[in-house]
Amino acid sequence: MKLFNHLRNLNSITTHHHRILRNRFHPLFNNIKFFSDSSSLPQQQTTTQAKQQPLHSSLNRNELAKFASIAETWWDSEGPFKPLHVMNPTRLAFIRSALCRHFKKDPYSAKPLEGLKIADVGCGGGILSEPLARMGATVTGIDAVEKNINIARLHAELDPTTSTIEFCCTTAEKLVEEGRQFDAVMALEVIEHVAEPAEFCKSLSALTVPDGATVISTINRSMRAYATAIVAAEYILRWLPMGTHEWSKFLTPEELVLILQRAGINVEEMAGFAYNPVTGRWSLSDDISVNFIAMGTKTNKTE
Amino acid sequence: MNRVIKKTVSNLCAHKISRKFFCSEIVKVATSPDLVPPNEHEKKPTISQIIPEYDIAIVGGGMVGMSLACFLASMPLTKQLSVAIIDSNPALGSGLSIKKEDPPDPRVSTVTPASISFLKDAGAWKYVEQNRHAYFKKMQVWDYTGFGYARYDAKDVNKDFLGCVAENKVLHSALLSCVKDSDFKTTFYPSRLTSMTLNTNSISTVEENMPPKEPSSAQGHTSKLQLSDGSSIYAKLVVGADGGKSRVRELAGFKTTGWNYSQNAIICTVEHTSDNHCAWQRFLPNGPIALLPMGDKFSNIVWTMSPTESNDRKSITEEMFLKDVNSALDYGYGPHPTSSSLGTGDMFSWLKMDATLSANEFFEIPPKAIRLASERMVFPLSLRHANSYASKRVVLIGDAAHTIHPLAGQGVNLGFGDAFSLSRVIAEGIALGSDIGEVNLLRKYEAERKPANITMMAILDGFQKAYSIDFGPFNFLRAAAFNGANYISPLKRSIISYASGENKLPIFF
Repeated sequence: MKLFNHLRNLNSITTHHHRILRNRFHPLFNNIKFFSDSSSLPQQQTTTQAKQQPLHSSLNRNELAKFASIAETWWDSEGPFKPLHVMNPTRLAFIRSALCRHFKKDPYSAKPLEGLKIADVGCGGGILSEPLARMGATVTGIDAVEKNINIARLHAELDPTTSTIEFCCTTAEKLVEEGRQFDAVMALEVIEHVAEPAEFCKSLSALTVPDGATVISTINRSMRAYATAIVAAEYILRWLPMGTHEWSKFLTPEELVLILQRAGINVEEMAGFAYNPVTGRWSLSDDISVNFIAMGTKTNKTE
Repeated sequence: MNRVIKKTVSNLCAHKISRKFFCSEIVKVATSPDLVPPNEHEKKPTISQIIPEYDIAIVGGGMVGMSLACFLASMPLTKQLSVAIIDSNPALGSGLSIKKEDPPDPRVSTVTPASISFLKDAGAWKYVEQNRHAYFKKMQVWDYTGFGYARYDAKDVNKDFLGCVAENKVLHSALLSCVKDSDFKTTFYPSRLTSMTLNTNSISTVEENMPPKEPSSAQGHTSKLQLSDGSSIYAKLVVGADGGKSRVRELAGFKTTGWNYSQNAIICTVEHTSDNHCAWQRFLPNGPIALLPMGDKFSNIVWTMSPTESNDRKSITEEMFLKDVNSALDYGYGPHPTSSSLGTGDMFSWLKMDATLSANEFFEIPPKAIRLASERMVFPLSLRHANSYASKRVVLIGDAAHTIHPLAGQGVNLGFGDAFSLSRVIAEGIALGSDIGEVNLLRKYEAERKPANITMMAILDGFQKAYSIDFGPFNFLRAAAFNGANYISPLKRSIISYASGENKLPIFF
């Protein structure tokens, strides 16, 4: 219990820690490491800003400034976002096979997602949006950090195939208000930063057309995840700044399935990501005790 | 509209019509105001020069470069890619024709079973079988000291053949025909690569007041290649398959490690009175001589020796050369090994329960060469290895990445292995929507091929050094090694599997 409070307090004094940590980084990395969830941190902050005011306002500005300062490095595959770049192909492998199965597309085609409208919620620099566009999908990427959207737009414009991606600096809730709907909605590494996961899932569900797909990836609330994703990743290997993740906000797969069900989404497929420290590669596995990804389909019943 | 123009230009290039002529024609068409409205949000500039863009540019259309094109053409995920092949050989565009009556070319390669299976899967092997080629089932290796010999047979590993020898032009034309017969989009550029620039983008410097429609940023995902005939192309991925003196490797700044062997190789073709079905290799004091069957009573000779000797042997008369060759293969330099020399046969008799068929075979004298059937060519030998195979938008395959000693006939097979591995990595990248020039993807190819290539090179280098020492006890050790390889069946099977390309690393036992 003490540890949880300790972690919660850490969140508020993170800025001080970062200055100290700068000198003690892991020799392999020379800067702060972020997973894609870090870009969603401010998203959570801004959605809750309306509810919790000045207590987090200074933190928000600092957090946003921090992300903004390293935003240029999103696409530097050797830079601070390297772990995300390394994990990306594995996530895409799951998404590709799950969506091909669900939408009955040819898995051997070079553009299997042609004709599908996909939303990438919490897209960051567009690391997930671009491959989806190359696979033929019509992608809309949203993120709450303006700088991320700018970077994403600029990078996507370099390649004619990805220049058609629509990037918006907005939130899932606002998109729902606009009445947008998509064949598939992706929210990878976002839900562990959202203040109210159940509400967030309802928004994702509202964005999905009936019989569409929703893909969510997050970290399991297990002891093993605490040891690897928090202690190892944040404190020992320094892949993430300390306090990025709050263990108490992780969801177990059962909980995720339940809140998705309540939002009208039936989870059909689930897989885990396993990291091999020797080869430095991620692979899909049945082990959902740390990182896991789930694909669900929206039931046809109306709200 | 620009895209249509671009397609037309590339189609026309494929028919080998001068690009410049059409470029100027099309420029006139495009600058007419109704086709390119000034307010149109276009990525490409309102043209001064249309530069075609390709997914992959293969620099070097030799055996390994064409094999990459062939492998890409044969997979569903990659066959929609557009490929430019840059090679100064003008014959590539029209196709290489081979007539049966052509004299045998001295440039041949031994293709291992693993490479044959790659080529069969890609649909290229059937073209090889239409021309002169020779499968061989047996191999004999011995040295001049007469202390030992080793015979290898395909039946030792329950296979039909140990390898196949074919002229390079046969292999090359087979791969070319395979690519042309498929509906894979390739465009040949008969010129040389002069320069290559990576279009990097500096996102941080581009703010709201970015100059509109800057052409370089639109091509930020490609490399620009400039060719010696003045044309340029853009490509998402540049593959350096341009041989040991690779220009791509030089331009991309890859450092190499290596050294020159103080040896040259003489190659030529000889004729026998009857067909030769076995591969022979004898290690002489100055280097090995190999006799490889080519089919139609011809055999190819690869004779490694010191540079002075090679210049001598190139200039002496044909008769004298033939005498030298026969002497080198037969009684010159030392005695024949006797079939059970040093009584070592008994030493290993406890292993005979699992004996290979060839362990019981007697030593045979190679067939005599009766006529020289081609000119003699001399090549210097060296070992060279690029320190890395991949960087942003550039990757090396084949001899551009590694050159080795010809003594085990592995050179082009490593190249085919590289091309196969790269084609699979590219397919995987396309499946997951990655940018094929992304360095992390290319590193996967490097991680797969580098250990295998380096191991092979190290082993061959070891052999080369081991056989260049003429010293009593050392000779005895080598002889013991020969006999071990001949009689210790598991070892022999491992050697054959490794040389056949079935195992990538020689993990014995």
